[in-house]
Amino acid sequence: MSTEGSKVEAETAAVEKPVITVEKLVKKYGDRTVLKGVSFDITPGQVVALVGPSGGGKSTALRCMTGLEPFQEGAIRVGDARLSPGPLASHKRELQRLRLESGLVFQTWHLFPHMTALENIIEAPVHVKRVSVEKARNAAKVLLEKVGLSHREGALPRNMSGGEQQRCAIARALAMEPKVLFMDEPTSALDPQRVGDLVELLEHLTESENLTFVIVTHEMKFAQKLADRTLVLYEGHVIEDGHPDDVLASPKDPRTRTFLGMDD
Amino acid sequence: MSRERLGRGSGLVLLAVLAGAVVSCGGEHEGALERVRRTGVLRWGGDVQGGEPYVFEDPSQPGRLIGFEVEVADAVAREMGVRAEFVQNDWSNLVPSLDRGSFDIAMNGLEVTPARADTVVFTRPYFVFSAQLVTRRNDETATSLDALEGHRVGTLASSLSWEILRERPVEVVAYEGTEEPYADLRGGRIDGVLLDDIIATRYGLVHSDLHLVEDVADGYYAVACRQHEEALCAEVDRALAALAERGELRRILARWEIDNDRQARLASWSEEDTRAMLLVRQHASFTAHHVLLFVQGAAVTLVVSSLAMILAVALGLLLALSRMYGPRPLSVAATTYVELFRGTPVLLQLHVLYFGIMPVLRASLSWDAGTEYDAFFAAIVGLGLNYAAYEAEIYRAGIQAIPPGQMEAATVLGMSTSLALRRVIVPQAFRIALPGVTNDFIALLKDSSLVSVITVVELTKRMTITAIDVRSYLLPGLLCAGLYLALSYPLSLLSRRLEERLARESS
Repeated sequence: MSTEGSKVEAETAAVEKPVITVEKLVKKYGDRTVLKGVSFDITPGQVVALVGPSGGGKSTALRCMTGLEPFQEGAIRVGDARLSPGPLASHKRELQRLRLESGLVFQTWHLFPHMTALENIIEAPVHVKRVSVEKARNAAKVLLEKVGLSHREGALPRNMSGGEQQRCAIARALAMEPKVLFMDEPTSALDPQRVGDLVELLEHLTESENLTFVIVTHEMKFAQKLADRTLVLYEGHVIEDGHPDDVLASPKDPRTRTFLGMDD
Repeated sequence: MSRERLGRGSGLVLLAVLAGAVVSCGGEHEGALERVRRTGVLRWGGDVQGGEPYVFEDPSQPGRLIGFEVEVADAVAREMGVRAEFVQNDWSNLVPSLDRGSFDIAMNGLEVTPARADTVVFTRPYFVFSAQLVTRRNDETATSLDALEGHRVGTLASSLSWEILRERPVEVVAYEGTEEPYADLRGGRIDGVLLDDIIATRYGLVHSDLHLVEDVADGYYAVACRQHEEALCAEVDRALAALAERGELRRILARWEIDNDRQARLASWSEEDTRAMLLVRQHASFTAHHVLLFVQGAAVTLVVSSLAMILAVALGLLLALSRMYGPRPLSVAATTYVELFRGTPVLLQLHVLYFGIMPVLRASLSWDAGTEYDAFFAAIVGLGLNYAAYEAEIYRAGIQAIPPGQMEAATVLGMSTSLALRRVIVPQAFRIALPGVTNDFIALLKDSSLVSVITVVELTKRMTITAIDVRSYLLPGLLCAGLYLALSYPLSLLSRRLEERLARESS
């Protein structure tokens, strides 16, 4: 093998290197095994929807990937952070790295209720990354503009609508400049008529930012509008992996039809 | 005589006085003397906790009462042709209980003081005591009460010695127990103790580093009867006179090793002497000066409470966080602290801190920071340490009320546990805890009256002292209550406002 050749190979590998690798992930709650050896790769820039019926393991997978739950077997890599089985307290370093690589928007957002929208956004940059308040505020204003909340920068969460709180939570996560943004059930706490706005915002973000999105949802329609890849988790296994249109049009696994309600 | 009390009597005294007033307004009663003659029983009130040599339980025969007063009572009853019957009553409430009619006479080291002479009828004395000044043997300057000008001198509140000291240019330190003043004298917190010779002999002069330097004044233990019961009083007085004349009284005193030259006066006691003994000085009336003293007392209450609360709030937070987030040994230690301080009386904690721990600390660290601030310091630290346990629980409840999602949101943003606590959890928990903390501050304002057991004169103590001075609990009591209300009502309003705000925010 020539040195020329291996250099080319290395460059190709760098371009295609997945930003997330999940390998044979096993997660149990007591006797109940929720994830039964789940594996998948996600390449940078992808918008991936994790779908499936409740109890299928999609939320658990998300909590493992975001370092909120320990797991028993397998491995997870997000960017440069490598998570291994065992209690969370035993690998603080990798978890700290994970926090800088990824952000999470919770299902019910969990904004800090004693801080304004702007304060919520600058909190982590100032106290975790030690960015100056001045710089953090300027960056936060750009983000608020981007999510359409400029007029609400001084508002407290309890005075904001659900949609506004969600957009603020997205801005809060983005302020840490993550490579990957995880979102947990973003449509579940929204009015149906607000879902369109969310899709619009996320489309705008996927176009303008060099971000990878992993979105947990139980709504296939939402996944179809936004994602360029869908993983269906069913009883702890990945049973479908493909473009949402393809999964909808020709599911490989009969159980997918059941979940999608196509048998009715 | 007085004694260590682990409870506060002043409220009871006030109630008892009011109740007594109501009862005595009733119709015609059978006189006490007629009742004694009819039943053949002379009921006399005392407190067995006063100990040797007054009235106490025979250590070799529990249940049997002995003491020189038991013998005097028996002899007096015999003289009257009746039988003596002892009625146990808390010492600090002897006079109110006498007023209420719980017994016919009170006889338990009651000193004849101007204040008491106004509320009961006294017989001739059955014992002449001396108010004795005891100082440290190695303190060469402390040779007399005059030499102690400007110094701190301890005594029991409302005793004859207390009345004597208040007329002198010394700083009077009021104790509620008999051991403590001598302990503080030995430890250097005060430079002299003025108390009855019986107390001085038993509690002070047993220590070889203390010595008697001066007999300051004579005083008298006499039998107290209810006002307007002059007939019974005269009978008891006659009986005492007969016992003294026959030498029987001194024989009783001799058996208890408290006879001395002073008692010679008992045999030749005349009615003239009784009048002189009862010669009541112009007693104080409630004046603007008292109001000023009350305001000072309120200031002490406010300062002690505020500083103690600051300590409690800070330490309580530390305890709550240690208990919930600390490593196991720290968490166990914090839990133990909370249970220990909530599970034992704050009065006991104050005692142990001031009379137990601080003297040891002072000795072992040779720490010598102004002894006159010892009590103040102990009051703040003692109340602060106690309330910290309660504040810790309020914070813990506050922290538990924060949804777990808040900690997760902070964690996902890269915050460490301590940063998340500081920036996210504690500020929210504090808002939830604030109404409870404010309520506790109101409770602390009132609990701070307990620090009078370690010689701090705060509002309630000031009230008790003044009430005895002016012979009435009414005005001092009302003023005291008014000042407490003035301190706590704004806090009540604040607490209500905070609760309303909290309800609004969480809706």
